[in-house]
Amino acid sequence: MAEWVDACATGDVDAEDVIRFDHGARTFVIIRDHEDNYYCTDGLCTHEDVHLEDGLVVEATIECPKHSSIFDCTSGEVETPPACENLCTYPVKVDGGRVFVEI
Amino acid sequence: MPRDYDLLGPDAQSAVAKGLVTEDWYRTPIDRKVMKALMKRADQPAIRDTGVLFGLMAVFAATAIALMPSWWSAPFWLAYGVLYGSAMDSRWHECGHGSAFKTRWMNMVVYQVACFCMVRDPSCWKFGHARHHSDTVIVGRDPEVAIMRPVDMLKMAANLVGILDVIDGVKRMIRHAAGHILPDEADYVAESFHAKTIRTARIWLAIYAATIAAALVFQSWIPVLLIGLPRLYGCWHMVLCGWLQHGGLADNVLDHRMNSRTVYMNPVSRFIYWNMNYHVEHHMFPLVPYYKLPELHEICRHDFPAPNTSFLDGYAQMLPALWRQRKDPDFYLRRPLPETANPYHEGPAAKAA
Repeated sequence: MAEWVDACATGDVDAEDVIRFDHGARTFVIIRDHEDNYYCTDGLCTHEDVHLEDGLVVEATIECPKHSSIFDCTSGEVETPPACENLCTYPVKVDGGRVFVEI
Repeated sequence: MPRDYDLLGPDAQSAVAKGLVTEDWYRTPIDRKVMKALMKRADQPAIRDTGVLFGLMAVFAATAIALMPSWWSAPFWLAYGVLYGSAMDSRWHECGHGSAFKTRWMNMVVYQVACFCMVRDPSCWKFGHARHHSDTVIVGRDPEVAIMRPVDMLKMAANLVGILDVIDGVKRMIRHAAGHILPDEADYVAESFHAKTIRTARIWLAIYAATIAAALVFQSWIPVLLIGLPRLYGCWHMVLCGWLQHGGLADNVLDHRMNSRTVYMNPVSRFIYWNMNYHVEHHMFPLVPYYKLPELHEICRHDFPAPNTSFLDGYAQMLPALWRQRKDPDFYLRRPLPETANPYHEGPAAKAA
């Protein structure tokens, strides 16, 4: 059953940037876009399991650091290959300066 | 040890078994804020360079046509050819990475034009190049190994004018146009892109057929000197730069400092090659756009083997190694690291040895 998990402080992620968030045996990324919206997606690119923590965030997209697949952070949808499968995304809320993720 | 570069061959399986197909590649530690600034995209440098490139191509082609049939047209054809057959390779490369322009459609337009000039299907080469970055010079995995071992100097000489590459590209285009995806391509190209590949090949074949028809109808070399042939007579610069990328260095390792080479080049070559002479840097951090690579080089150089100081210096280092690799395919150049560098990360092949 999904639960809200405290992932990080809002200030831990710079604008248009990403950090890694591990929970249990799973790995995710917390992304902050140019308008200070926060997102959580699976941590690994669907193309070849490269971690997205070193990726490039432009507005509300994240680009894989190895092969440049771009994903929409809001939906997880692939925008450019070589990835062909969408990323899983998770609900996020900000409360009291903390970022919570429902996973 | 003999090597089998076939992507469906036994070395492909043994690379997986040996743990060489992995994300465990060495990367020089760089502060995230610095890396973020390096990765930041802009349109201006690539718009400027693309304007200069297509402007020069137009001027060279117009001058060459105006001077035909005099031999005085030859230098202008040669200059046009280098921009078509060599500069388009680097445009294919950078725009394929999506890092040349900030605006995505600009990358896409230049990528499509460059793919046509280089006779490289946009989808196959997009996926193939992704594999080259995943498994750089891993035998049986990397579809872009330019110099295979044992080294065949005759093949290399033939490719100075693109003969083998163009024959392969045209064969693939014809097979694609007939509705077939080749088995090696099926190994790395997503099935959802196969229809696009087939459609692209049919459009390209129609363009080449129209070009040849125009040459025959007008009894003129001009159409084929403009489209198609420059891929042969102008590719030498791309080939000379391309061999330096990995030639004579290690294979089956997990450290780009061991299998890639950074070479200082003159400004004209760097324009044609779009700074891919900073090749170790590019492989380690492929999201950094070409115009930021010199800056990245300065940040990383304490951790890298000394760069070659020129084309000549690079060839002086590489050619003797290639000569030896004709008979001794296990030989490779192992360049010393500076004292400030982290040790080489050779990966499981070294542990096994």
